[in-house]
Amino acid sequence: MTTTTPTTTVPGVVPQQVRDLVARVTGDEKHDPSAHSTLEVVWTLYDQVLRVDPDRPDDPGRDRFLLSKGHGPASTYAVLAAKGFFPAAWLDDVASFDSPLGHHPDRTLVPGIEIGSGSLGHGLPLAVGLAIGLRGRSPARVVVLVGDAELDEGSNAEAIQVAGRFGLGNLTCVVVDNHSDSLGWPGGIATRFAGEGWSAAETRAHDGPGLVTALRRAEPDRPTVVVVDTSPAPTITPTITPTSKEAA
Amino acid sequence: MTALATAAPALDLRTRFYDELDPLLDAYPDVDVVLAVIGSGYMGRAIERHPGRVIDVGIREQALIGVAGGLALAGRRPIVHTFASFLVERPYEQVKLDLGHQDVGAVLVSAGASYDVSAGGRTHQAPADVALISALPGWTVHVPGHADEVAELLHREAAGTGRVYLRLSGQRNSRPHPVDGRLHLVRDGAGAGGEHGPLVVAVGPMLETVLVATADLPVRVAWTATPHPLDAEGLRALAGPAPVLAVVTPYLEGTGAGEVAAALVDRPSRVLHVGVPGETELRRYGTPRDHAAAHGLDAAGVRRRVAAFLG
Repeated sequence: MTTTTPTTTVPGVVPQQVRDLVARVTGDEKHDPSAHSTLEVVWTLYDQVLRVDPDRPDDPGRDRFLLSKGHGPASTYAVLAAKGFFPAAWLDDVASFDSPLGHHPDRTLVPGIEIGSGSLGHGLPLAVGLAIGLRGRSPARVVVLVGDAELDEGSNAEAIQVAGRFGLGNLTCVVVDNHSDSLGWPGGIATRFAGEGWSAAETRAHDGPGLVTALRRAEPDRPTVVVVDTSPAPTITPTITPTSKEAA
Repeated sequence: MTALATAAPALDLRTRFYDELDPLLDAYPDVDVVLAVIGSGYMGRAIERHPGRVIDVGIREQALIGVAGGLALAGRRPIVHTFASFLVERPYEQVKLDLGHQDVGAVLVSAGASYDVSAGGRTHQAPADVALISALPGWTVHVPGHADEVAELLHREAAGTGRVYLRLSGQRNSRPHPVDGRLHLVRDGAGAGGEHGPLVVAVGPMLETVLVATADLPVRVAWTATPHPLDAEGLRALAGPAPVLAVVTPYLEGTGAGEVAAALVDRPSRVLHVGVPGETELRRYGTPRDHAAAHGLDAAGVRRRVAAFLG
């Protein structure tokens, strides 16, 4: 397979070639903002964090990346193509009848896709079970990406609690916070995980080095959450002190 | 321990399931048991002898199925247990997506059946469970009628990879029958309408009720513990060229009617389905026996339905 892996990259910074691959998808992509909000995270994971091999996508010892927020798969498809999991030509025909790539990904159709997702609130519980099943049997890490609005689904609350109580050190949940949840999270998203025994970190999608550092975090006795704010970095120092909600 | 080792195997299906888990975890290193509290108090030996392999997620049934799906993705063979209402109905989308859509297997073992928890009311009753599971692709449904059948099915399915629903009931038969997925003739046609006379198919624990109900009726009686997928070939062979058939199920009436119709599509047939009525909710407590009578699923009720059908 001819891969399109960029030859030089800056950690945490998405190369133009990968952005071009995303653009090949989004002609048909229904959820552009959602897809783009995950690009920095997914690229950084595959480029800097996950131990995966496109030539052995079923290696039992591989790290697992679960895209729970399955309605924004364009960036994941682009990154998997860039890393050589499947031909980039697949990106030109997304969601056609003969395409293995749909608007929601199907793990049985796409090398490198670990779960079929689309309905919100399923990835984190699956990741918890996967982490329990791999713990003590494999060095693999399980990384699941959810959205801030996706956390509205109560199934996530169950999974956050179980993961915390079971002390799943091999589990990382990345919350891509594009501020799209309907009713808000008073006190912040990270505090909800921390209160259940998770190690919590907050960073920004456009802070490449910060993103790399945050996504590499792990503690042996507890799961890790990384809340990634997708807002552009502020260019002007605010003259008004933000409220706690705005600051979060 | 001597007393335990020499005790006769439990006759109650659910008790037998709990008792089998310790030897099952010994025999199958890939098996994990996943619970949402229900049952954890009855499997102390399995929990003690197999640390980390009985996973109780608390009263969180969405996580129960989601975690089972994740375990299966990790190559484990999850056996998942709680009451049918909380195993099938509450996390139905998880059953559809976290197991089926991920193309992974699990053995879901339910307790409570249609009205074992008669005194508990509607919240703990799930007569539609088999219909719901059967509506999803790739599931096998076992409805055993004897504790020995439970043990045999458990060991077989623990060694497998498929999606399996094992429905345990407080109602049971006095002796076991073959659980090979086939339809078995239990009472033949001698003096009962001949080789291709009327046939009554009893599912799982309904067998002995059906035998009593039809003792003086000119029918043959067949039995299966695996109503889905239906043994269509066996049904065609037993039912004959112009079937007069009654199907008696301990769950929602009409469950499986499509499979029966498909099996008999090439011949003229009359078919009666007898099961838990779905049109009204029985807002009464009492015993399972009371509920069987109220639903027409005791021997007298089944006899009335079948006799009227035969005319």
